[in-house]
Amino acid sequence: MTQSVVPVSLKVNGVTYPVEVPIDRNLLSTLRNDVGLTGTKEGCDDCECGACMVLVDGKPVNSCSYLALQTQGREITTVEGLAQDDELHKLQQSILEAGGVQCGFCTPGMLMSACALLAENPNPTRDEIQLGLSGNLCRCTGYARIIDAVAKAV
Amino acid sequence: MTFLIAWSIDDAVHAMAEGARPVAGGSDLVVGARHGAATLPDQLVAIDRIADLAVIEDTPHGLRIGAGVTHAVLMSHESIVERRSALADAAALVGSPATRNVGTIGGNVMNASPAMDTGAPLVVLDAQVELQSTQGTRTVPVADVWVGPGQTAAGANELCTALLLPPAVQRMGSAYVRLEYRRAMEIAIVGAGAKVVLDREDNIADLAVALSAVAPTILAVESIDVVGRPINEETLDVVAKAASAQAEPISDLRASDDYRRHTIGVMAKRAVAAAARRASGERIAVPVNRSVGIGASS
Repeated sequence: MTQSVVPVSLKVNGVTYPVEVPIDRNLLSTLRNDVGLTGTKEGCDDCECGACMVLVDGKPVNSCSYLALQTQGREITTVEGLAQDDELHKLQQSILEAGGVQCGFCTPGMLMSACALLAENPNPTRDEIQLGLSGNLCRCTGYARIIDAVAKAV
Repeated sequence: MTFLIAWSIDDAVHAMAEGARPVAGGSDLVVGARHGAATLPDQLVAIDRIADLAVIEDTPHGLRIGAGVTHAVLMSHESIVERRSALADAAALVGSPATRNVGTIGGNVMNASPAMDTGAPLVVLDAQVELQSTQGTRTVPVADVWVGPGQTAAGANELCTALLLPPAVQRMGSAYVRLEYRRAMEIAIVGAGAKVVLDREDNIADLAVALSAVAPTILAVESIDVVGRPINEETLDVVAKAASAQAEPISDLRASDDYRRHTIGVMAKRAVAAAARRASGERIAVPVNRSVGIGASS
């Protein structure tokens, strides 16, 4: 058994970060405060809004409600991991072009859910896109342009 | 605090014998702790990497669903979608893709929420819960595990290791429907699960109905006297009246007790109707809520 603050290596976007985290610290807080990647947002902090969505071993996870220590040995992908070198991910390019970003706070979470959806279902219908993004809230856009953006990226 | 990753059931039950509490997806435990509903246990054992808990075995003796099987797997597994459809209907309605990806059937059962979606299907499908500790293994009918909201009959040292379902019989169909205000991240306003077995004349040979969110625990509806009769408006009304009469709903921010008492009858009737259609061989895609247009449309 280990003690209250645990040294752990987290692999985020292909980079290993050695950090020390309290056992009860969630992944969101660890990413933002210990790893220093602030693209992942804290919205409701209640597993409702999806602003904190990241991928763990390729699957979407609400990082506000997942213990950081549970990701030991697993691959975490955040919004910072989408663009390669200077080139935006096709979903990022698409959401820009479709006008799916207004205040931008939900965007990282939307992108990660969309990324997981397309990895599992490369040709989703509009209804499947809606269901794939159904754990993500947006208070600005009315969703239509976000869904357009995902459809366009297919 | 201590945190241990268990790689086997043996690791987990030994940690629990020393006072650790299990965490699988954390979707109830971590959220609950943050709200102050229940502080995070002092000793945690992570059970989400135990391979033996993540297995579904379909044998002539029945279906064994490992406690660590996620809702995402439940809603797409052939033995469940085809032959225990109510459980797939329910799993497909839980939370969002992210919730279904981390949330497990064992966690859902042991969290013992009276509004849980998978509970009514497990009751009508006659599920047994397998509980294991360093002292041994026992099985308990699922309805006997829940003793109150958030409370189970399991000892603190007992790990839920599997749900055991009997073999599916011929001409058996099941369905789960719920009243909801939105399509995702929703908790049932009320929900109903049903199992129907039809005889050769298409009369009801067996019927079971259980209800979500209308009592302190999932409620099995008793004394529905319709065996030997056909599925029609008259028999469906018998189901609806029994469900409404036996419900013990509360009023809260989601709905009033009167509204719940009325709508649970409607949901029970729709669950039985869908289960009967499936029993007759008709395919209704999972989840029934979407296929027949119950609940929120978008």
